[in-house]
Amino acid sequence: MTSSALAVPASAAGRLRHHPLVVRYLPIATIVLALMAIWYVAAVLMNLALVRDAFEREDTPYTVSDLVEGTMSAERPLLPAPHQVIAAFVDSVFGYAPTSPRSLVYHATVTLSATLLGFALGAMLGIALALMIVHSRVLEKSLLPWIICSQMVPILALAPIFIVVLGAIGLHGLLPKSIISAYLCFFPITIGMVKGFTAPDPMQLDLMRTWSATPRQVLAKLRWPAAMPYLFASLKVAISISLIGAIVAELPTGGEAGIGARLLAGSYYGQTVQIWSALLAAAILASGLIGLVGLAERLVGLRMGARP
Amino acid sequence: MNKTLNATAGSASLPRRLAVDVHNVSLTFETADGKVDALSNVSLQVAEGEFVSFIGPSGCGKTTMLRVIADLQQPSAGSLLVNGISAEQARLERQYGYVFQAPALFPWRTIENNLKLPLEIMGFSDSEQRQRAERYLALVNLTGFERKYPWQLSGGMQQRVSIARALSFDPALLLMDEPFGALDEIVRDHLNEQLLQLWDKTGKTVLFVTHSIPEAVFLSTRIVVMSPRPGRIIDVIDCGFPRDRTLEIRETPEFLKIAQRVRVGLRAGHSYDE
Repeated sequence: MTSSALAVPASAAGRLRHHPLVVRYLPIATIVLALMAIWYVAAVLMNLALVRDAFEREDTPYTVSDLVEGTMSAERPLLPAPHQVIAAFVDSVFGYAPTSPRSLVYHATVTLSATLLGFALGAMLGIALALMIVHSRVLEKSLLPWIICSQMVPILALAPIFIVVLGAIGLHGLLPKSIISAYLCFFPITIGMVKGFTAPDPMQLDLMRTWSATPRQVLAKLRWPAAMPYLFASLKVAISISLIGAIVAELPTGGEAGIGARLLAGSYYGQTVQIWSALLAAAILASGLIGLVGLAERLVGLRMGARP
Repeated sequence: MNKTLNATAGSASLPRRLAVDVHNVSLTFETADGKVDALSNVSLQVAEGEFVSFIGPSGCGKTTMLRVIADLQQPSAGSLLVNGISAEQARLERQYGYVFQAPALFPWRTIENNLKLPLEIMGFSDSEQRQRAERYLALVNLTGFERKYPWQLSGGMQQRVSIARALSFDPALLLMDEPFGALDEIVRDHLNEQLLQLWDKTGKTVLFVTHSIPEAVFLSTRIVVMSPRPGRIIDVIDCGFPRDRTLEIRETPEFLKIAQRVRVGLRAGHSYDE
């Protein structure tokens, strides 16, 4: 009796709470809303002095609500409010033809092409190095320290050198950026694939030996498939790193085009809204790319009979 | 020199050709704690068509023995011939099938494709691969599981697949390293019976490592009792049950007598430690 009486009011809210969409998106939505709230408060606090100075310079009387309103609509705020960023983002994505240098789509495409080329180069290099390391002790001893060293020099210091050197031998535009991107992203792939290629069980390797399989057969039929989970884990890390590499590479090129160029131009002219909308574009690009790798991973997993 | 030894050993008790001829083989591992004698001066002749079990406590070198015959490990001293040629040559000519303690199936391949794996490696034609996969899955009673993945099968079924895989390229010699060690008693009995029928039907030579006395006595034509530190053979027991034996023979006095002799041998080997 009591239980049914209690169950009646609970059922409507309970059903909503257990709805798959709610279960899936409620936690994310909560975090997003909390971050937005914090962002708004921070925007008000950070821009307050700026707005107050402006009012006082012009000797106009102001109220607290004028101040708060001002902090969220300043043209060059220290920290733009979320709606300003979104408005600028929407405007620069949909407001111009995708080929216009004012369009964020144009810049994102430039960065994306450098990222994808760099990722492809980096993946090939990473896998090739891992193969060499796995198959030869000598190469492992001689290559590995250099591979690790390569990642200890900050890319911000290396990128201009790359651009200058590659420019001197006649390489401009897409390729130097892709090379910097590849330089950054091959590393997790090498490390992951060394682990992956050595993942097979000793028994499985012994089996291949009892069938006197050639090294190439061992690679194709055992090491490569066994390395798949490691490949996708490292590809996910690598693709976001190659995006960062491409953006960093756009900084010393003088900022002709690309998300990096937008960031640089924005900081030259104090266009914080532009910087933030470029960052938003980079974030969306990165999550899209990681999502694509995840999708490829799922498809490969299905073909390889992974447990559902 | 080997030739003459073979001849004398062969003509005395074994009229058939030797499948395995191990002569004074020793194997010493270098470990952090010093040298370990995994095998010390071991000699053994196995004729074609025999079913020989190796039994003994862990560390007695029974697995090492099998691995040496399979050329997965090289002896530090002594010589051995497999089907009349060196162990390495026999491996390169794919003259034996090896079954490990675990099924070691490739999880990304279906059962059928797991069975085809050695055939792919050895370059059998597509149609031949298909025929053989069908035939050997039927042999281990797994018809209908072709498209399943290993994780969808029980441990016993997986081990049957791995036996079928070892047989699929029709090697004359079958090396089995505690293939049923991880399975429960009921499944083990069932697989033992199946293995015996298989051996009877195919006429292969089987070398079988186990640490179960009833299993060894039930399956074998000869039982090799081994002892650790250093790994050596302390007794070789003939086991003269008919080839088409059934599980019921385990209740007979002859069976118990042989089991008793194995047990005594194992105990004698152990007292060495104490």
